[in-house]
Amino acid sequence: MRLFVPGDAAACAVGADAVAAALEREARARGIDATIVRNGSRGLFEMEPLIEAETEQGRIGFARVRPDDVAGIFDAIGNEGDHPNAVGLVEEIPFLKRQTRLTFARCGITDPQSIDEYRALGGLKGLERAIAIGPAPTVEEVVDSGLRGRGGAGFPTGIKWRTAAGAPAAQKYIVCNADEGDSGTFADRMLMEGDPFLLIEGMAIAGLAIGATYGYIYIRSEYPHAIRAMNRAIETARRHGLLGRSLLGSAHGFDMEVRVGAGAYVCGEETSLLESIEGRRGEVRAKPPLPALVGLFGRPTIINNVLSLAAVPFILAEGARAYADFGMGRSRGTMPIQLAGNIKNGGLFETAFGITLGELVEEIGGGTLSGRPVRAVQVGGPLGAYFPPSMFHLPFDYEAFAEADGLIGHAGIVVFDDSVDMARMARFAMEFCAAESCGKCTPCRIGSVRGIEVLDRVIAGREVDANLALVADLCETMKFGSLCALGGFTPYPVMSALKHFPEDFLRGRAREVEPAT
Amino acid sequence: MSGQELWTVDEAEQIIRRHAGRKGALLPILNALQAAFGHVPGGVVPIVAEALNLSRAEVHGVVTFYHDLKTAPDDRPVVKLCRAEACQARGVGRIAPLLEADERIHVETVYCLGLCASGPAAMVGEAVFGRLDDAGARQLIDATAREAVR
Repeated sequence: MRLFVPGDAAACAVGADAVAAALEREARARGIDATIVRNGSRGLFEMEPLIEAETEQGRIGFARVRPDDVAGIFDAIGNEGDHPNAVGLVEEIPFLKRQTRLTFARCGITDPQSIDEYRALGGLKGLERAIAIGPAPTVEEVVDSGLRGRGGAGFPTGIKWRTAAGAPAAQKYIVCNADEGDSGTFADRMLMEGDPFLLIEGMAIAGLAIGATYGYIYIRSEYPHAIRAMNRAIETARRHGLLGRSLLGSAHGFDMEVRVGAGAYVCGEETSLLESIEGRRGEVRAKPPLPALVGLFGRPTIINNVLSLAAVPFILAEGARAYADFGMGRSRGTMPIQLAGNIKNGGLFETAFGITLGELVEEIGGGTLSGRPVRAVQVGGPLGAYFPPSMFHLPFDYEAFAEADGLIGHAGIVVFDDSVDMARMARFAMEFCAAESCGKCTPCRIGSVRGIEVLDRVIAGREVDANLALVADLCETMKFGSLCALGGFTPYPVMSALKHFPEDFLRGRAREVEPAT
Repeated sequence: MSGQELWTVDEAEQIIRRHAGRKGALLPILNALQAAFGHVPGGVVPIVAEALNLSRAEVHGVVTFYHDLKTAPDDRPVVKLCRAEACQARGVGRIAPLLEADERIHVETVYCLGLCASGPAAMVGEAVFGRLDDAGARQLIDATAREAVR
């Protein structure tokens, strides 16, 4: 009998390791020959630990299992899965069934560290095709797919590759940005833990495409599980000829290593990330020059997000057309959307662009976890805008969000119920910016601190209107005067909170105190 | 704390040697020193600078830039508590005072552990904890304090 217990950090955080140990003990006590596979997570975190048992009908699941449920579950497996924690056939769970999983197709199905299983489930086909068609057609395939940077900026990935491919240099680099610092996002983490070979394959294809022979994955230190998973998978990949002097026996060589961050949010900004790998303070570089021309150690470098690189093997294996067939407008393919915060069915939901915010939050997410009405959602991390339910008609699309003064970012959606104070959230955005600013440019370094002070005055009810005018003015300066998105986008959560939830800012006006004379 | 030094030059040099050949070796070295000694002692800064042909100011600048790198060791076990938006939405504000009031542990604010649908979330060492309520937070405090004494 094969049993599956996710080894994903989000499952371990709610007791998966203890459940795996209990299953092992119980199986031994019953004399059952059971193999316990630590799979990746299916991404329905509300159900974790979600354990699965292989039966003749398919894999049946048991949600939110605790060690003392284990005996009953063994009884239930032989008895049509009759158990209070039973959720039936896992693939039939609506949250999973409604998804279009291109990037996360394998995640949660098998032991993520098994390269044989990876191959058996279609892995390495993309790299094999890239080797067969060669570098230039590989770049064009990515251009044609319409893939845009999944880290947040949405820049066409293929164009970046073309630029780096055309830059003559003896050494080029592939850098994978796995510094997933945005609150409400966990897709990079889940992918690295749940299907690490996919990322390795994506990076190898990128290396082949632009003529880079070495890659770095920069992973934040808050992700120890992902760091371990990637290091192990890289070792295995080397042993199996997926990395090294010859990629799968071809004339192309590629190798890579993991670099671990040290707790600086700003290192998710690409130039600051390069500084950090080079061993300096993670301060933002002015652009130009573009990293594609002068990047890591001064060499042409592609920096792509985990999800961008992980989308590439599908594009190569199935063709650009197959990927671009999904989506809407200039947002092609699928997006692994992350439903987080105060939401009933939180987790990873990969789907084609075009689904509306309302469908995601209300239908798929099931509304709030607290059962209270949804008041606001923040899309795109701490630098993303807050939207009220009246804007739930917005389709998930780069342009539609930009038009509504927001951004998709890394596609995290954080839900808040009606107990949230949006003036406090605006203040928090400034506080976060102040804590994480690299300090290189003044609008971000000083502006964020002044922002906290001004918003404190608003909240305290001191000269509310005058101070709100000051907030708007300050945001304008930060937006246009900052070097990177940290200072430049902090105005999004602040101004959207003010625009859509003015009552929270004006509350102080009722008790407004006379200015001191 | 007994007042004894928590590190030796020998150990520090060993760690530095292990990474010194790598490109961009500074951050891996500092992370390794932090992991081994619980902080990056001021005394190792010149040793690192010398080994990598950097100025002391450059090394000091890097040590003080990154939140993970500490210039003094913590005398209590550290609980990293996520206070970012998703955990705020899931009620970290309710359990935070409980953790902060306990003097056996030191609560450090972090922004995001990637457990945004499983919060409130915390991390101790490399172990992660989710869906923390009052009871869970108390358990976490006790377990962390006990572990540190042992």
